[in-house]
Amino acid sequence: MPIETWLPFVWAVIIALAVFFYVCMDGFDLGLGILFPFIREKPERDVMVNSVAPVWDGNETWLVMGGGGLLAVFPLAYAIILPALYAPMIGMLLALIFRGVSFEMRFKADNAAQQRWWDRAFSWGSYGAAICQGLALGAIVQGITVTGRAYGGGWWDWLTPFTLFTAFSLTVGYALLGACWLVWKTEGALEHRARDLARALGALMLVLIALLSLSMPFLQPAFRARWFDFPLILLALPVPVLMALLAWRFFRALRETEAREALAAADPTGRVFRWRDGTAFACVLGWFFLCYTGLGISLWPNIVPPSVSIWDAAAPPASQLFVLVGAAVLLPVILAYTAYTYWIFRGKVRQGEGYH
Amino acid sequence: MLWEALPSALDLARFQFAFVVVFHFLFPAFTIGIASYLAVLEGLWLWTKRDVYLDVFRYWLTIFAIVFAMGVVSGVVMSYQFGTNWSAFSDKAGPVIGPLMGYEVLTAFFLEAGFLGIMLFGLERVGRALHFAATLLVAVGTAISAFWILSVNSWMQTPAGHSIAPDGRFMPEDWFAIIFNPSFPYRFVHTVTAAYLTTAFIVGAVGAWHVLHERRARDRDGSGVTPGHKIANPQARVMLSMAMWMAAVVAPLQILIGDAHGLNTLEHQPQKVAAMEGHWERQRGAPLILFGLPDMEAEETRLAISIPYLSGLILTHSLDGETPGLRDFPREARPTNVPLVFWAFRVMVGLGTLMALTGLVSLWLRLRGRLYDTGWFQRAAIAMGPSGLVAVTAGWITTEAGRQPWTVYGLLRTADSVSPLAAPAVATSLAAFVVVYFLVFGAGIWYLFRLFSRTPGPFEQGPPKGEPIRTGGILPGPAMDPAAMQAGRPSSSGDGPHAPSGGGPHAPSGGGPHAAPGGGPHAPQPAE
Repeated sequence: MPIETWLPFVWAVIIALAVFFYVCMDGFDLGLGILFPFIREKPERDVMVNSVAPVWDGNETWLVMGGGGLLAVFPLAYAIILPALYAPMIGMLLALIFRGVSFEMRFKADNAAQQRWWDRAFSWGSYGAAICQGLALGAIVQGITVTGRAYGGGWWDWLTPFTLFTAFSLTVGYALLGACWLVWKTEGALEHRARDLARALGALMLVLIALLSLSMPFLQPAFRARWFDFPLILLALPVPVLMALLAWRFFRALRETEAREALAAADPTGRVFRWRDGTAFACVLGWFFLCYTGLGISLWPNIVPPSVSIWDAAAPPASQLFVLVGAAVLLPVILAYTAYTYWIFRGKVRQGEGYH
Repeated sequence: MLWEALPSALDLARFQFAFVVVFHFLFPAFTIGIASYLAVLEGLWLWTKRDVYLDVFRYWLTIFAIVFAMGVVSGVVMSYQFGTNWSAFSDKAGPVIGPLMGYEVLTAFFLEAGFLGIMLFGLERVGRALHFAATLLVAVGTAISAFWILSVNSWMQTPAGHSIAPDGRFMPEDWFAIIFNPSFPYRFVHTVTAAYLTTAFIVGAVGAWHVLHERRARDRDGSGVTPGHKIANPQARVMLSMAMWMAAVVAPLQILIGDAHGLNTLEHQPQKVAAMEGHWERQRGAPLILFGLPDMEAEETRLAISIPYLSGLILTHSLDGETPGLRDFPREARPTNVPLVFWAFRVMVGLGTLMALTGLVSLWLRLRGRLYDTGWFQRAAIAMGPSGLVAVTAGWITTEAGRQPWTVYGLLRTADSVSPLAAPAVATSLAAFVVVYFLVFGAGIWYLFRLFSRTPGPFEQGPPKGEPIRTGGILPGPAMDPAAMQAGRPSSSGDGPHAPSGGGPHAPSGGGPHAAPGGGPHAPQPAE
């Protein structure tokens, strides 16, 4: 296979993974902000923020990796998508500013009123970022008009009923990730509340995923052809089955955390480990992965649907190879020390304790 | 229509980029220096065992966390700004500059972000050696980040190692030539040195303020005096002293580095140097114009006050060397805003000179043993606090406005680089950026001043009883070190040598104050 064929494919996989890592990792950070209106007590909010304080910066770096990677390897896609999504992109960046600085500022506030405003900045920033990302996702899926080597559509193309629907779905998805993260990382009243929220959001999410899956074939003829043509439908069949299995495991995992919590409360030595409280979180990551893969298969091989393929948008092989060498060496190292950071800050976060 | 009164989309996009990049760079200019400063402080603490270094480390760590967060969020904006507002540039130059920025993410951003959490919260979780390694890695990460992004900027100033495809795209031919393009080594050293000086003058100003403040309190009512110490606050003294060493050694060095950078610019971008000097005619033994009003219509610098021969001497290192003038170049190849380049350059050089002067005066006072007792000098050091930030900004305006009308110098015009955006869209986003930046970063800077105003001291106070111990966001405030609180370090011994076994808060032994609930600060927390 010539290098011009396989290099963009390898890079498409890497960038897709980077975006997926971003969605998973910043997803639960943003989810905490989305859950703020449902959890109003200051000590509990402090625990929520503390549970991600040491890792949120690394999580957000995957977004820079996605953008930077696109510029390095698929500059044409970067040059078309960002002007096409101008308003949602600017909105997302501004929202992330509010969210990011609030991590610091809400603990620097002099009084309750200031603190409330930073809590609002954290929460509204999280909502803004999630909604803008959802709009962007929907706008890419429904297709971008291209003229020559530039965006050729209007300035409001990103705003349609479909993109509003994806924005709502992604926001719910992030909230669900956040709730599952809290089930994993907290205890007591906050864990209870998070569990209730996770159940409700999980059920809502499953409905949204079903609606989204059903609407996809009607969005673009190419999607319909892809999914209902004979050989591929065999591949597609296991997806709903896997989804159902994960859904069953998700609700069971939530019930199991209740049982473990009762055990831990009854154990005076405090030695009941609750590692498996992360199972529900892992199940939701599985949902995200299935949806994301399905989306990838629908869009393949386009990076700017419906007309620009990964080969059209690719930088010259010299550019792709140069970064690939570094990425091959560094990405495993990055994943290793990211995992190490999570390991250091493992376990339940307690009120008034946090990290020191 | 109101929209018709707007400047062109191109001008708005330029102004937007200038605004977000100037605002952004204020934070890295500070964090590059402060990360290294923190690494030095922690290293000194581990080496000398003097707690005063740990106290100063913790003082600046809190500040670092806020500045770093503001740098991160404003930096994410930058990584998308190329695509949203300069998509034609991204399409054409992406194959060359994209991989460099990709390497910045892979080698620097992840490194900084990955170890920042450990650096901020990990001192009691991972032990000292590993914590020091995390601090070092964050500092190295900031320098690596500067390496790549300055390589990108330098390539745009002095492009090399590429070819141009028929469709106008820049194609990489020789990565070594691209990364180490002609102006890169000079720009890299000059900028990183500037970041160090920026930090030195901020740290120096905070140290000077507290030294001055406490001495005035002592003179007034004798408060704050520690027997056996000339100055009540050893932490503030360490800040002032270390900062002034930096100023004394590095500020004069920076003048030499800047001179070398200027000669490099003269070789590769003579128009820019002509604009910086305000020279319109090619001449021998050109005068150095101190002040003047460059007039782009009349093609002359009016009301010039100048020193004969000095400009020629600086630029060619000889009395009758020939230097270029702007009229050597066609109008469309000259910098588009000569007065801006001219004045920004003067602000940078003027402040640089004052910084070197401050350093030399500090040396003289130090030799006479009066560094901590000279009120006028401490006031001067406070006034010089923001000088680094202003000088760095002025320097960037000089070099960036001097690059115009090109994005890739001599090859790609700014007008051909912009996204196909309508003016209202760019104007709206610009307004949003301005409002949000002033609101959010204004609040951030206000909190920073609050943090500067904390009197540095040994970390023993802790929070008032009844408050939760843990209060910091990603900030390990004083309250977060229960061992130090329980150790109850005597307030007067902050400057004394750290007793290796006397139950200092970070003594390696597990007994004494470390027998805190939970098994001591260095014991790994049990997995839940």
